[in-house]
Amino acid sequence: MSRASVALNRFGYGLRLGESAPADPQGDLLRQLREFDPRPGPLSGRPDTSGGAGELLQIIRRSRANRQQAPQTASPMEASQSAMETPGAAQPRRSARAEQLAALPPEYRAKVEEAYGRYRVDVAARFKVAVTTPNPFAERLVHFWSNHFSVSAGKPGTPFEVGNHEFNAIRPHATGKFSDMLKAAALHPAMLLYLDQFQSIGPNSQIGERQRRRNPNRPERGLNENLAREILELHTLGVDGGYSQSDVTEFARALTGWTIRGLGRIARFSKDQPGGAAFAEVAHERGTRTVLGRRYEDTGASQAIAILDDLAAHPSTARFVATKLARHFTKDEPEPSLIARLENDFRRTGGDLDSLARTLVNAPESWVSEPAKFRQPVEWFTSILRFTGVDDLGERRINGLVRQLGQVPWGAPSPAGFDDVADSWAGPDALLRRVELADRIARNAPSDAVLARAEAAFPGALSENTRTWLARAESGSQALGLLLVAPEMMRR
Amino acid sequence: MTTLDFNAKLHRRSLLAGSLAIGATSLAAPRIAFAQGTGSKNLLFVLLRGAMDGMAMLAPTDDGHFEALRAAALPDYEGAAKLAGTFALHPAFEEVGASYAAGDALFVHATATSYRERSHFDGQDLLESGAASPNTMRDGWLNRLVALMSDRETPRALAIAPTMPLALRGRAPVSNYAPSALPEASSDFLDRVAKLYGDDDQLSGLYAQALETRAMAADDGLRNLRDAKKAGELAGSLMRGEDGARIAMIEMGGWDTHANQRGAFARPARNLDALLGAYAASMGRDWSNTLVLVATEFGRTARYNGTNGTDHGTASAALVMGGAVRGQRVLADWPGLAERDLYQARDLMPTTALESVLAGAAAEHFGLDPASAMASLFPGRSAAPMSGLVRA
Repeated sequence: MSRASVALNRFGYGLRLGESAPADPQGDLLRQLREFDPRPGPLSGRPDTSGGAGELLQIIRRSRANRQQAPQTASPMEASQSAMETPGAAQPRRSARAEQLAALPPEYRAKVEEAYGRYRVDVAARFKVAVTTPNPFAERLVHFWSNHFSVSAGKPGTPFEVGNHEFNAIRPHATGKFSDMLKAAALHPAMLLYLDQFQSIGPNSQIGERQRRRNPNRPERGLNENLAREILELHTLGVDGGYSQSDVTEFARALTGWTIRGLGRIARFSKDQPGGAAFAEVAHERGTRTVLGRRYEDTGASQAIAILDDLAAHPSTARFVATKLARHFTKDEPEPSLIARLENDFRRTGGDLDSLARTLVNAPESWVSEPAKFRQPVEWFTSILRFTGVDDLGERRINGLVRQLGQVPWGAPSPAGFDDVADSWAGPDALLRRVELADRIARNAPSDAVLARAEAAFPGALSENTRTWLARAESGSQALGLLLVAPEMMRR
Repeated sequence: MTTLDFNAKLHRRSLLAGSLAIGATSLAAPRIAFAQGTGSKNLLFVLLRGAMDGMAMLAPTDDGHFEALRAAALPDYEGAAKLAGTFALHPAFEEVGASYAAGDALFVHATATSYRERSHFDGQDLLESGAASPNTMRDGWLNRLVALMSDRETPRALAIAPTMPLALRGRAPVSNYAPSALPEASSDFLDRVAKLYGDDDQLSGLYAQALETRAMAADDGLRNLRDAKKAGELAGSLMRGEDGARIAMIEMGGWDTHANQRGAFARPARNLDALLGAYAASMGRDWSNTLVLVATEFGRTARYNGTNGTDHGTASAALVMGGAVRGQRVLADWPGLAERDLYQARDLMPTTALESVLAGAAAEHFGLDPASAMASLFPGRSAAPMSGLVRA
């Protein structure tokens, strides 16, 4: 690939219809970082949804209390949507889902529908931004960090918040400080819901003690260590980053009290926190905590924040983040020299993400001419929409198509986010789906001058083979369809 | 191997006699000749992602400590079938229970891979790759099983999933398939794409496999895999008969029951049961030559947590099913649930190597030498492959 093709395709989302390749590829990437817009047009009018999850959970509680015999099948939306293409785990088929929805009390049903409506609108808005942006490299960074701090829609209330998580916890910090992004992302309502933190209660907190007094024989609600573990394993140190089970438990104790807003009685004892979360002192485990050998005084809500700040500054975090970033932008097994550059930059600047991105742009390892990375479904889909100029698919169709491609934004199968290696995406069935979708898109898009546009989108990088088969196509739309699945469009 | 005919109370020591001899009987047992053809024997591997709680699937309600750990779960097991006279089968498993009663299913309890940390992703990596430590091998044990069987003729192998799971990745040719709601492309376009990919090894290989697999499943009439029963029927339709896949894999999520476990477990459990029941029915006559292995990356904490759920643990249970299985047994060297008997005072203690179950069953089923199969599928383990799982 030429440097222009690398800038367009390895760093960005490909050339957009009507635009031309940058004259100064490296300089243009740095420009994109400077001109990154954390709140572009399609996102600017989004309403505040931070109350929605609490309202839904209150409706669920009321409806369970009303019917003593709470049905074993909870909301049809409760099953994790994340594993959406694995049997049963996901949302039922539309008809079955509609049936289950119809069986819910009207107030409950309306709230669930509102939540998923919000989710679909947010997914479509995300694509609108990526397809129309003049700064696709910056958007790629947003999506990288969003996947690093992955949240999935599925558990009750999460569909209200997963888009909000990327828009309000990730975007504002995409060229800011890692520690700020970590705190915003890990303590955002979407994450507190997704990883069960919102209902974790300190066994020796006021609530914990009261529960024990009232029901000495009943096992009380209490600690849930899910979020603490995933922050250590997936967001900061990495699984081999040097923490123990006791660090997980201690961190989980420090996190108690962090919850969402609007949760019935406990809300009266909660203080709103920035970003949509709340802190309930009455659920917080009192006492000094020790994490990774460091002691943290009990300062309430800020105890967990102090731990997060130290995790962000930990050398293991620098290494872990550098490796993931290098893997995402260059190749599945990134060059150790590139990892070292990024790691050093992260440590030197204390996790300055703008500096980290510039280091990535300025590294020679990022510009090797061989395309080594297989595009993930969403990346491929975004690129073909930019190339064809199709940006009006409508929210339902967009959501349906990315589901068929096997990758829905904010729908990763696990808190680790979507895999970032070709082995996970370059499968027979996945390839055929792209071919089918390309055929369909190409029939409905402008298909003049496909060969010339192909040369412009992959400057100096179009293979003789692809050129030959485009030229032999029987129609413009067939040539367009072939280009959309050509090796140049699949790898970068 | 201690086969639990738990007539007596659950006392570990009473079960221990001979339990260290796992695999020793394989020396004496009649072996299927190495060179014998695999015929049309089938293997379906069902991977439960998210750490399925073996103590919910097969509850040790007769263990005196169970109630103290999980009192809230007890109502689920009132009137439940007692397997081996001792373990209460979760009521969601109606089809599996019927298979057990018919002699076509067995459980292995208190089993785990050699992984002893609590990361889903590393645990699944180890269970799928077969490596002794996570993130060290890039191919999967099922793919190596395909390779082991390829000295005669490469068996058709297939993931029923939209992406290729690690367990099936590797050098042996495999394919994947999941129903699609996308309109089919025109055959002219499909042909031209094949030519476009002609000199691209990766894309042409994937594409050829996709077209071949799609042809096998031409008329499934499905748009996705979300209906577990239909997914089971689809698996059967892709595997039965001479032309079907010999080895297949399907995965199910939804098992990470950190909170409100009773409902959260029952949902995926009913789906798994529906999938297995539909698969068995769909296999028809070929069920008698079929082995199904159902496993998860690790188990969950023995004690309910503060949100009536369970956190990441260690040992779980595995299910071995199929007409080829010597069933109606629960195999376990039961470790007990007293605090001192738990792994790190929190998890069910693993006493049987899951790798031994998987490799032993697969080797017996396909007539492979168990020791060399174990060495290839799960290298670096000290446990011997288990024997006697499959009907002689």
